[in-house]
Amino acid sequence: MTRNRRAATVLALGTAVALVAGACSSGSGGDDPAESGGDVTLTWWHNSNNEPGKGYYEQVAEDFEADHDGVTIDVQAMAHEDMLTKLDAAFQTGDTPDVYMERGGGELADHVEAGLTMDLSEPAADTIENLGGSVAGWQVEDKTYALPFSVGVVGFWYNKAHFEDAGITEPPTSQEELDDAVQKLKDAGVEPISVGAGDKWPAAHYWYYYAVRQCSQDVLADAVTSLDFSDPCFLRAGEDLEAFIATEPFNAGFLATPAQTGPTSASGLLASGKVAMELAGHWEPGVMQGLTEDGTGLGDDTGWFAFPTVQQGEGDPTAALGGGDAWACSAEAPPECVDFIEYLLSDDVQIGFAEQSMGLPTNPAASGSVADPALADLLTVRDDAPYVQLYLDTAFGENVGGAMNDTIALMFAGEASPQDIVDSIQSAAGTA
Amino acid sequence: MSVADDALATRPVPDSAPARSGTGGAPRRRLSSAWRQRLEILFFVSPALALFAVFVVVPILQAGRYSLYDWNGLGPMDDFVGLQNYVRALSDDVFTSAVQHNLTIVVLSIVVQLPLGLGIALLLNRQMWGRTFLRVVIFVPYVLAEVVAGVVWFMLLQPDGPVDAVLDAVGLGGFTQLWLGDPDVALYTVLVVLTWKYLGLAVILFLAGLQGVPDELYEAAQIDGASWWQVQRRITVPLLGPTIRTWGFLSMIGSLQLFDMVWILTKGGPANSTVTMATYLINQGTDRSQYGYASAVAVLLFAISLILAAIYQVFVLRRDTKVSS
Repeated sequence: MTRNRRAATVLALGTAVALVAGACSSGSGGDDPAESGGDVTLTWWHNSNNEPGKGYYEQVAEDFEADHDGVTIDVQAMAHEDMLTKLDAAFQTGDTPDVYMERGGGELADHVEAGLTMDLSEPAADTIENLGGSVAGWQVEDKTYALPFSVGVVGFWYNKAHFEDAGITEPPTSQEELDDAVQKLKDAGVEPISVGAGDKWPAAHYWYYYAVRQCSQDVLADAVTSLDFSDPCFLRAGEDLEAFIATEPFNAGFLATPAQTGPTSASGLLASGKVAMELAGHWEPGVMQGLTEDGTGLGDDTGWFAFPTVQQGEGDPTAALGGGDAWACSAEAPPECVDFIEYLLSDDVQIGFAEQSMGLPTNPAASGSVADPALADLLTVRDDAPYVQLYLDTAFGENVGGAMNDTIALMFAGEASPQDIVDSIQSAAGTA
Repeated sequence: MSVADDALATRPVPDSAPARSGTGGAPRRRLSSAWRQRLEILFFVSPALALFAVFVVVPILQAGRYSLYDWNGLGPMDDFVGLQNYVRALSDDVFTSAVQHNLTIVVLSIVVQLPLGLGIALLLNRQMWGRTFLRVVIFVPYVLAEVVAGVVWFMLLQPDGPVDAVLDAVGLGGFTQLWLGDPDVALYTVLVVLTWKYLGLAVILFLAGLQGVPDELYEAAQIDGASWWQVQRRITVPLLGPTIRTWGFLSMIGSLQLFDMVWILTKGGPANSTVTMATYLINQGTDRSQYGYASAVAVLLFAISLILAAIYQVFVLRRDTKVSS
């Protein structure tokens, strides 16, 4: 009896110790695949987890391995949201993949400040020069930390059939024409615009674009770095948005409408013909295809026009709002990482990328190869724009960007003024 | 020999001399056996204690520590800001309205679900045709995963969606609303969905409690000529007291920590009209990489829940614990 008890005591104690030890040791376990006898393994996370992108990137990795002895690429394709979650965790533990995607702006600046991202200015100088102005969004204090491989622009996607039925012959180019089109569509019994204000950022894009139209490039560039929004053009942007919201152009219940998930999302409403247009980025045709049963989205009825010009605007009427994705190397990655991401931006790989319609390539050599006509048109718009302003929430980072988007969404609910938007940015940034 | 006998044997006699000056071996043996007992208890509870420490105590302490820093989760945590995160949360209109929403949901959940659940439980406790089927129907929503139920309701509540269509069909078209899109309506829509989801739990608990009411009392009441209503009011409900109070506690804690259903239906919107403390924590804290601030909100959520739970224990549940001890 006594012996049994003692045995049980020891067992219990042992279990307790094991539990504590197990809990404490998690995370520190190391299986480092790199560097064994000159061989190098690069882990590469990307979000092209559907064909043709997935297969294309596997081929690209194999081609690179064939040309570089001793280099192995460990390709991990994952869904976009999964990748973001995993990346967040990876950055916090410091266990980052060698090659990964950066969205630029304030998020990148945070990574740079924490010493997590490799400075590419020197080792990838030639590629950076070839990409030209596209890299601006991925620079921190004049150093380049990532190579953008796809940069898109935001504009209005519309249903050509609905426009025709409503008697709109030409897509609107000015705010007055847009207001006019909204009224015509309402008269024809069609909800004019869907907006995913439930997710906030689609609503915020309106304010960003009004700011791009109202503010000169210098003022905007200065505000993005100094976070000083005292220039009156930012108030005018809010006033323009307030006036536009007052014309009630949006779908019923837009405050709770999600951006892209499901048939009742803003993209779903456009894809199913329930609304006539939506302000969205270059991803929209792909999203709409995924939301329709036959996989064609709006098909031949898909149209695109640029954000209209505004009165008193000091901004260039052809300037665009946009953003994209870039390849970056983690700070601890082996030097072969730079070779690999330069290869990803090479003429061959970017032309293939364009031919598969995976995005809007940044390497000028691939500009003529975009297969999808809608994307090809967008590429022209982007390349004709004097500059592409990075999405302001991305540019400001999650903290300031989140506060700004919240307040813009409140304006859509009629609960924030133009001044409130400016105030919220400055108070979140500590520059009030 | 039982443990109780052991304890009696080792209890010191009040008027005896202190153990130190006692006669040799006997007190030492008593001491050592007491210590052995304590050690044994320690050994046996240590696995549970270790789990509790690692997964409950340590994270709480960590959150407390994070909450004193301005930290974005990247790099070293070296920007000590004291209680600034707490000041910021308590002076933020959105956070205070989140607390209000939580308290509204606590009160309205109990006010609505208690009479409804009690009524249905009393009804389903009677012998009637299809009783088992009805019990299952009432309980099914509770068994459904919260996310699944949320997505289903999200689809049903769309503008011109199935709910509006049903209202139209029965001639109540005038009552249709932007259920999730109108800041004045959204919180009540969420409450209705929560009631639908959690009523089953109340009913099942009350039904279980009803089984514990002795039949003799009903028989006696019947002999005395009490009506059905009198029986329920004088016998059933008073004897259900402990069950009702326990359910109220569960309901309160659930309402304070409410996250999933709100996140699926509205993400706290529109215009923050359905934001709860937990959705605020995710939206303003972790989604914005403000881990210090998120921790401060988490600590506040913990403190508010703890205080309300303690108050409930002292003023409502004390009767029950007294009876059982």
